[in-house]
Amino acid sequence: MSYAIEGATGAWEVVIGLEVHAQVISQAKLFSGAATAFGAEPNAQVSFVDAAFPGMLPVINRECVAQAVRTGLGLRAQINLVSRFDRKNYFYPDLPAGYQISQYAHPIVGTGVIEIELADGSTRAIGVTRLHLEQDAGKSLHDQHPSKSYIDLNRSGVALMEIVSEPDLRSPEEAGTYIRKLRSILRYLGTCDGNMEEGSLRADVNVSVRKPGEPYRTRCEVKNVNSIRFVMQAIEAEATRQVRVWEDGGAVVQETRLFDSAHGVTRSMRSKEDAHDYRYFPDPDLLPLVLDAAWVEAMRADLPELPDEKRARFVRDYGLSPYDAGVLVAEQATALYFEAVARGRDAKQAANWVTGDLFATLNRTGRTIEDSPVSAAALGRMLDLMADGTINGRIAKDVFEAMAESGEAPDALVEKRGLRQVTDTAAIDAAVAKVLAANPDKVAEYRGGKEKIYGFLVGQVMREMRGKGNPALVNEALKRVL
Amino acid sequence: MFSLDLAGTRAALRRREFSARELTQAYLGAIEALNPRLNAYITVTPELALRHAQAADAALARGEAGNLTGIPLAIKDLFCTAGVRTTAGSRILSPFVPPYESTVTANLLRDGAVFLGKANLDEFAMGSSNMTSAYGPVTNPWARRGGHAPLVPGGSSGGSAAAVAARLALGATATDTGGSIRQPASFCGIAGIKPTYGRCSRWGILAFASSLDQAGPLARTVEDCAIMLRSMAGHDVKDSTSADQPVPDFAAACRRGVKGLRIGVPREYRSDGMPPEIEALWQQGLAWLREAGAAIVDVSLPHTKYGLATYYIVAPAEASSNLARYDGVRFGARTEGADLIEMYENTRAAGFGAEVKRRVLIGTYVLSAGYYDAYYLRAQKVRALILRDFTEVFAHVDALVTPTAPSAAFAQGERMDDPVKMYLNDVFTVPANMAGIPGLSVPAGLDAEGLPLGLQVLGKPFDEETVFAVGAALERAAGLTAVPAVWAGGASR
Repeated sequence: MSYAIEGATGAWEVVIGLEVHAQVISQAKLFSGAATAFGAEPNAQVSFVDAAFPGMLPVINRECVAQAVRTGLGLRAQINLVSRFDRKNYFYPDLPAGYQISQYAHPIVGTGVIEIELADGSTRAIGVTRLHLEQDAGKSLHDQHPSKSYIDLNRSGVALMEIVSEPDLRSPEEAGTYIRKLRSILRYLGTCDGNMEEGSLRADVNVSVRKPGEPYRTRCEVKNVNSIRFVMQAIEAEATRQVRVWEDGGAVVQETRLFDSAHGVTRSMRSKEDAHDYRYFPDPDLLPLVLDAAWVEAMRADLPELPDEKRARFVRDYGLSPYDAGVLVAEQATALYFEAVARGRDAKQAANWVTGDLFATLNRTGRTIEDSPVSAAALGRMLDLMADGTINGRIAKDVFEAMAESGEAPDALVEKRGLRQVTDTAAIDAAVAKVLAANPDKVAEYRGGKEKIYGFLVGQVMREMRGKGNPALVNEALKRVL
Repeated sequence: MFSLDLAGTRAALRRREFSARELTQAYLGAIEALNPRLNAYITVTPELALRHAQAADAALARGEAGNLTGIPLAIKDLFCTAGVRTTAGSRILSPFVPPYESTVTANLLRDGAVFLGKANLDEFAMGSSNMTSAYGPVTNPWARRGGHAPLVPGGSSGGSAAAVAARLALGATATDTGGSIRQPASFCGIAGIKPTYGRCSRWGILAFASSLDQAGPLARTVEDCAIMLRSMAGHDVKDSTSADQPVPDFAAACRRGVKGLRIGVPREYRSDGMPPEIEALWQQGLAWLREAGAAIVDVSLPHTKYGLATYYIVAPAEASSNLARYDGVRFGARTEGADLIEMYENTRAAGFGAEVKRRVLIGTYVLSAGYYDAYYLRAQKVRALILRDFTEVFAHVDALVTPTAPSAAFAQGERMDDPVKMYLNDVFTVPANMAGIPGLSVPAGLDAEGLPLGLQVLGKPFDEETVFAVGAALERAAGLTAVPAVWAGGASR
């Protein structure tokens, strides 16, 4: 047990299960033709179906079904060829029909698995219990009027996939890694943009604690946590609270809680006694959802290469370390960029430039790899210039910086700024002679056995040559003279 | 003009014996004269009707008459009509004007129909007497011989049926969840068919119980119903439960006759308390069919006795969920409260009548955790058995004939003390909804007090044609000529 909450009575193991709500990428909502784009004016994307006007009926959106199936295939899960929609009944102003259409008894996707890689290099397989399709609710706006609430139904009816994990996670780190991995898979599949700030991905966190070897104890559900950092904080806060309750001689009661990120604590939202009786029953407006096995198989054949496979291939074909490969495949765009740079070149060198200078530049400028100031083609070309001896590794750093700033092509920069590597031995010998003449004391020290001085002298020669000296030739010339 | 039925009027319009405008004005005049007595319409739309009539006359002049061009109809106030208030007979929708037209009414308009107004009904179609309407009861145009007590028209499509019987419309749209087309047809001496579930789109019809609701026509004759249904029916991608089936020429089927057909008589419909007159009429109907060349076969539908009990679990369960949207938040009437919960409570307490509240409570109860399996799930299993009964019987017979209702029209105010007694009205009609099969009521005779009685014809799924053939044969054989006490052009006018 690597992660534990240390209580007065010893170590407590934390048991975590996640319910992730992922908004499906689709043009239209799950049961209406209304649009789904983020950021529209309130109530600009609402059909009469979404507002539950009298006599309106839901019609399933085929694209949302396809997205759920793709996701299920990506999670190596069982696809249920027959599934069903149920009504989950409760009253709330942002739930226009008074019920949410969801899949309670018969979800479209059954058990699957997500493999996570931990910081220590180990991997764990986390079970996925199910994935089902459901409608999102609208949004209540409480800050528009002193005494009234306003309702925005733009989200009402938007398709969500609820992806439920087994209680297999054992630490905040594992939970965070699980969500990151799931998000990566969803983005590869193009089924959810994974944008937690816009609410496209939200998590309900089920937490319980136990002494090692015990059966599960009572769990609490922390609802609607909207960032990975908060998920990790909420787990720690909730597990710590539960340990305190047990150790104080109390008992954790099953309830729904909210995470107060400002104070880093969870607060009770409603207890089991106040829990809604959702009165689930099959929605009589919708027929059972029956999928054609051949259609599912065609989609399976059409799946993109997913992070796990890509990582294995990068290790195998490019000779990368599993860690580097993992970093490069986390985002599909990074993997694409890397491959464009590495193709036909030194792959390890390409990986170093991407995870080193490129990532640093992106971080510093706050840009994403999709709008990187240095294109994959430009970086590749720069590596070519290094390979053919046009520039040396030191100058390459400057060329990269210049490309990031100006967006100019490496060849043009090298020409314009005269950065071409100097291989003229006469020029190198002259520079060496000049440096030795200017530093008789250092030369004496070196000759007296202080070998560390050698690096200083190389640096001085390179400086004399404004960094453009061919390192091998500089070495050769210096050693010869010394 | 009022002596002509829909088919006759359609022929007269095409012969230009009178214009659609003249016809519509005559019906609007009759409504003005008689609706105060009958309360068959909640809303009359004279301007809209005359606009439709003008378009019909133009089409007739061009020789482009559709199936229903110029035919004045009443629309049950459960169908959303664009720009025309749609109340469902409920206070909670008193201010509701839908911006859209239901698929069925849009189909009727496409075929040239003229809409006279919105017909009264039991609140949200929950009732068998039209007494639960927030807009007052409807009076049956028929009266007991020598009696003066106002009678109910049946329900829930009581306004539609009364309007057709009193000649305040040539036909009417209606809906049937447990008998709401057939029982009023029987009580008002007219014909009405609940087609196969999925035959007519439910889009734009206010939902009562989605798995049972089905639209259909009420009209004076079986053929008139057939003509109307042809326009109303058809696949609709906006309703996932609508059937992608071709719509045949139902009117042609009315002339087929019954020679060689096998007609089943379900023995479980012979209840102990059945009035002898109804039993006698049933036997008479079977005798007519035998004379017309049909074979009469005794059959058994063993789960019939569970029909009513399971219906009153399934229908309220779905209703409790379907009616949740009437919460005062987005449309309809709102009664304010101190907070959100109180606003909900006040709105629904003031907006819904007693029968609707009763069914919402029953439905909420049977879906509750701990009761779901015992009630709802069990009822669904019984429902499957009821369907199986019919499937097995229809392997051997072409149609079934039964009484439509266990009594003739009763007086307003009768049977109001005991909801279960009221629910018993639906005992013969409910099984067709539970099984989704078509059922037609045809006026077949009068009781000792001169009130009309109907016989019911049940058929195989999507075989309305045989149902129409049998219904038309019964209608021909009965040869009824009696008219109600109150009707446009009648003596009592």
